[in-house]
Amino acid sequence: MAKVFVVAEHRDGRLKKSTFELLGASSAAGNETHAILLGEGVADLAKELGQYGAQKVHLVQNAALKFYTAEAYAKAVTELAKAGAADVVLASHTPTGRDFMPRVAARLNAGLASDCISLAFDGAKIKVRRPVYAGKATAEVEFVGAGPQVATIRANALGVPKPDASKSAEVINENVDLSGLVTKVIEVVKGNSARPDVTEASIVVSGGRAMKSAENFKILEEMADVLGAAVGASRAAVDAGYRPHRDQVGQTGKVVSPSLYIACGISGAIQHLAGMRTSKVIVAINTDPEAPIFQLADYGVVGDLFQVVPVLAQELKKVREH
Amino acid sequence: MNIYVCIKQVPDTETKIKLSGDSAVDMAGVKWIMSPYDEFAVEEALRLKEKNAGSTVTVLSAGAPRVVEAIRTALAMGADNGIHVELPETADNNMAARALAGALKKEAKVDVVFTGKEAIDDGAAQTSQLIAEYAGYPCVTVVLNVEYGAGSVKCKREIEGGAFEIVEAPMPVVIAAQKGLNEPRYASLPNIMKAKKKEVKVLKAADVGVSDADQKIRLKGFQLPAPKQAGKKIAGDAATQAKELVRLLHEEAKVV
Repeated sequence: MAKVFVVAEHRDGRLKKSTFELLGASSAAGNETHAILLGEGVADLAKELGQYGAQKVHLVQNAALKFYTAEAYAKAVTELAKAGAADVVLASHTPTGRDFMPRVAARLNAGLASDCISLAFDGAKIKVRRPVYAGKATAEVEFVGAGPQVATIRANALGVPKPDASKSAEVINENVDLSGLVTKVIEVVKGNSARPDVTEASIVVSGGRAMKSAENFKILEEMADVLGAAVGASRAAVDAGYRPHRDQVGQTGKVVSPSLYIACGISGAIQHLAGMRTSKVIVAINTDPEAPIFQLADYGVVGDLFQVVPVLAQELKKVREH
Repeated sequence: MNIYVCIKQVPDTETKIKLSGDSAVDMAGVKWIMSPYDEFAVEEALRLKEKNAGSTVTVLSAGAPRVVEAIRTALAMGADNGIHVELPETADNNMAARALAGALKKEAKVDVVFTGKEAIDDGAAQTSQLIAEYAGYPCVTVVLNVEYGAGSVKCKREIEGGAFEIVEAPMPVVIAAQKGLNEPRYASLPNIMKAKKKEVKVLKAADVGVSDADQKIRLKGFQLPAPKQAGKKIAGDAATQAKELVRLLHEEAKVV
């Protein structure tokens, strides 16, 4: 059994489902599972952390945590992990987790296994695997030396457990000195998209060069909205200016692992395949039957996406509404 | 200004990965390049130098002797000099960060350190932050724009779902570049020739206080992705294909 500290991530008053994945995996393995909850006015979130498996919630509420900063998170998480003699410190490999967790590892004099795609527990130790070369291969991470083990886990890699309303966590109000921080968030500029980020979405609908224009992505957006999906793109589509770089899936973009990945008009360059091959179910729609994407596709549709996608969106809507 | 860039040499993105047993990746025949995000870091350093007369741009890289090629690429883009810290091929991010921070601490004055937000080989996205921790500097990651003030920077950083943050930090600071920060220049032939004559200082791990104890993780048990079983091809006209696909996704794969 390990003493596991999970850093809870939240935005706009809601916890991320990737946090539940970590709590679920830790508690299912019978570990002493702690959550670290940082922010201002976030005490209400502790209840849900308990339902997903946290036995204790270490709550720090502080004006310095109103906006996330890596500096404040690194300081608070390090102190709580040290004070609690954590064996393992986990966070999700989200834009937030990947930003602050290296600093936590440095301060704990520990190694960091980042972007892990599997997590198992062995006594007080963890066993993790991570992709290398954007998923062209994977490797097990061996932690060298003593000290806590620190890891970030890719969203969707573990699966979200069912909450148990009968469970609750003990909430411990903690004080951490957050004076003397030097980085300041001056402004947060919200995105104009209501869709999830490609790295966190359970379903990703992606388009390639064959989309032919930025406007044509509208049909993918409509299908994505039926599914609550994110819209991704190949590098070719991004380079052509159809989508912003933040939507790019692949070795020089984002690596994703959704339960369903629908590739529309993407031929499947090696760099793109590396970025999405761990998706659980892959659909490819392409006019070229020889396109490499079909080698990875569980379901292949050789056809014109401009004819297939609109019908597909309608049919999906029927299933969703059923 | 004293401007520094930390870069990493990585296999080209076209590289097909082969394993030598399960303990390592076979690097024979690999074409090596500067990690693409590092090009934005080099470019930003050069632009900052061009705006501030009398500045120098120094490029650092830690690793095997071959990484000097990546340093030369940055010198050909216009950087002034290089520092190579020799590390074993198996060095992890932590050891590399210790080495680069150690080399920075030996410099007389550091104003800004640019890096790429991640390297495309391990994609760990941790070395920038670790360098900052070990050098005692603040760090801003995934940066799309920088405004330089007197002794501080204001960075626009990408977060998620198209949202941004404006973060202010005092110098010296580590800034990890995201694609979009700028458009990196190509090295001209005369500059490639000139780069061959520029100085690249070589430091040993021990010179920058790095020892084997700085290795915190090791990779083993390498595997290539399991080949996928041939999927189902769905025949028929567009409407038939769409209907059958939805049926399979709903009833067989159970993902919608």
